[in-house]
Amino acid sequence: MSESTHLSSLREPLVAEQRSLHQLTEEICAPMERRPGGLWWAAFLLAFAALAMGVGMVAYQIKTGIGVWGLNKTVGWAFDITNFVFWVGIGHAGTLISAILFLFRQKWRTSINRAAEAMTLFAVTCAAIFPVIHMGRPWLAFWMLPYPNSRGSLWVNFRSPLLWDVFAISTYFTISAVFWYVGLVPDLATVRDRAKSKLRRLVFSVLSLGWNGSSRTWSRYETVYLLLAGLATPLVVSVHTIVSMDFATSVIPGWHATLFPPYFVAGAIFSGFAMVLTLMVITRKVFRLEHLITRRHLENMCKVIIVTGGIVGLAYGTEFFTAWYSGNLYERFAFANRAFGPYGWAYWVMVSCNVVAPQLFWFKRVRTTPAVIFLLSLAINVGMWFERFVIIVTSLHRDFLPSSWAMYTPTVIEVGTLIGTFGLFFTCFLLFARLLPALSIGEVKAVAAYAQSPVAQLAAASSGEKKPKSGRAAA
Amino acid sequence: MRRLLVGYFGEERQVLAATRAVREAGLEVHDVYTPYAVHGMEEALGLRPTRLTWVCFGAGLFGLLFALFLQHYASAVSWPINVGGKPFHSLPAFIPVAFELTVLCAGLFTVAALFLRVRLFPTTGGTALPGVTDDRFALALIPEGPRFDEVEATSLLCRHGALETRLEEVAR
Repeated sequence: MSESTHLSSLREPLVAEQRSLHQLTEEICAPMERRPGGLWWAAFLLAFAALAMGVGMVAYQIKTGIGVWGLNKTVGWAFDITNFVFWVGIGHAGTLISAILFLFRQKWRTSINRAAEAMTLFAVTCAAIFPVIHMGRPWLAFWMLPYPNSRGSLWVNFRSPLLWDVFAISTYFTISAVFWYVGLVPDLATVRDRAKSKLRRLVFSVLSLGWNGSSRTWSRYETVYLLLAGLATPLVVSVHTIVSMDFATSVIPGWHATLFPPYFVAGAIFSGFAMVLTLMVITRKVFRLEHLITRRHLENMCKVIIVTGGIVGLAYGTEFFTAWYSGNLYERFAFANRAFGPYGWAYWVMVSCNVVAPQLFWFKRVRTTPAVIFLLSLAINVGMWFERFVIIVTSLHRDFLPSSWAMYTPTVIEVGTLIGTFGLFFTCFLLFARLLPALSIGEVKAVAAYAQSPVAQLAAASSGEKKPKSGRAAA
Repeated sequence: MRRLLVGYFGEERQVLAATRAVREAGLEVHDVYTPYAVHGMEEALGLRPTRLTWVCFGAGLFGLLFALFLQHYASAVSWPINVGGKPFHSLPAFIPVAFELTVLCAGLFTVAALFLRVRLFPTTGGTALPGVTDDRFALALIPEGPRFDEVEATSLLCRHGALETRLEEVAR
C-alpha cells in the first residue's frame, strides 16, 4: 500500500529530505556510534558539576535539617514546593506528545516523542526529589506507602491530596517509563543488529528482549501501544490536577479555587512544550537532524504553546475577576497583594514571560526561526517557574493576621538545590542522547514516505541497491 | 529453529502484495519480518485481533476494585481515624487513588502479558534475519504442504519484487 494517498499540496512531508530506510537508520544511530565532540563534553562537565554541587547541598540539608532553608512560621512552603511543581509541569509534555498526539493521529509526533518522553522521566525524577527532602527525614519516605506495619498498622490518610500526589506521581513515572521502554524495544534491536563490538551487542541483546521484527509481534505490540496511550492520556491530565488539589483543597485565599485543575494542567503542558523546544532546537542542530525535526515540528509545538499560553493568560484574568466578584475581603487582598505587593515584580515577570512573550508566536517568521524560538522557550521556562513561586509565596506571606506577615528569601542552599536538579536533568539528557536512539527509528521510517512524491520515493528507495522488479500485476 | 523459504523485499508495498499473493496461492506464511509496523499487514496475513485488550480491561478492573477495597479497609475498618470530622468511608476522596491504581495495574499487566505472549524476555542470543531491523522486509514461507513447490514459490516471490530468496533456518 503506497502512501500516495497522503499526497496533497496541503500536506508537508514529515521528513523534509528524501531518505532511504537505511539512511534513516544510519543518521539516527550516528550520534550513538561516534565519539562525543568537545561541545558535548563541555556541556556534560558543566551539567555534572551542577549535579555534584546539588548532591552536596542535599546531603548538607538532610544532615543539618531543613532549618537551613529560608522558610519561617508564615511562609511554610516556598522554594522547595515551587521547584517540585515546576519540574512536574515540565514532565507533562513528554507523555502528552507520546500519548495524546498518538491518539489524535498526529504523525508529526514521531520524531520528537522519544526525546520528549526521556525528558519527562528525568523531569519527574527531579520533581520527586523535592517532596522527599521536604519530609525532613527522607529515610522514612516509605511511610507514605499503605502497607501493614508494626505501628498498629497505622495507615496513610487517603483523604489527603498530598497522599494522592504520592500515587499520582509514582504511577505517572512508572507508566511513562514503561511506555518509553516499550517504544524503545524495536529500536534497541536495530542498534543490536548493527553493533560492532561484542559488549555493545550483548548489552543491546539483553535490552531488546530478542525482538526480531515479526509481524505477529508488531500487530500485538501496536495494540498494546494504543492501549498504553489510552491509559496515559487521562493520567497526564490527572497528575497536575492532583498537584493543583494540594493547593485548591486548602482554605488559603489565592489557593482555594475550583479553577486550579485546568489552570495547572494547561500551565504544565505550556511549560513542558517550552522545555521540549529548548532541547529540540539544540538537539536538531548539534546532531544535524534538521530534516527529521523540521521547522514544521517546531512550528506545531509553537502553536500548542499559543493555545496553552492563552489558557494560562485567561486563568490569570479569571483569578482576578473571581477575587473581585466574590466580594471576599481576603480574596481581594490576596490578589491585589500578588500584583502590587512586595512580590509584585515576580508577578509581572510571570505575566510578561507567560502571557506577553508567547504572543510573538502568532507571527510565522517568529515560530519558524529556531534561534528566536529558543529564546522565547527560555523565557517561558523562567515565567512558569515564577508562576509557581508567585502562587505559593504571595498567597502565604501575608496571611489573615497582619502581625504574622513576613517576607521569604531563599538561602544559598535552596538555590543550589534547584541548580543541582538542573544538573541532574541535563546530565541524564546528555547521556540519553549519546547512549540510546534519540529519535524513534521505527516510527520515523513508517512516516518517511508521508506526503513525498512517489517518483522521488522510488528514487530514494532504489538508490544504492538493485532496482527491484515491479510485480504489481500478480497481486 | 525451523527451515523456511525466505524472500527479502526492499519496499513495504511489495511485501504486502507478495503476502497476499502467496496466501491466495494456498501457501502457508510463517511470518513476515519488518523494520516497522506495516499497516495492512494484519489483514494481509489474516491475523485475528489480539485478545490483549481483555487483559487490559481485566487488570484495570482489578486495580480499581483493589484500590477501593484497600482504602475502605484502611480508613474505615482497620483503624478508623477522625480527620476533621470527615466520614471514615469517604468515597469521593478515594477516587483519585482508585484511578491511579486502575491505570497502574492496567498498564503493567498489559505490557507483561504482551511480553509473555510474544515471548520477549532478556536474552543474550537475540537475533533477527539480516537487514529486517534496518531496511529489509522478509517474508518467510513454510516449505511444506500440498500446494508448495519450491521453484514456483520462489518465482512468485521474485515476481513481487523479492531482491533475494533463500531457504534458511529461522529461530522461532
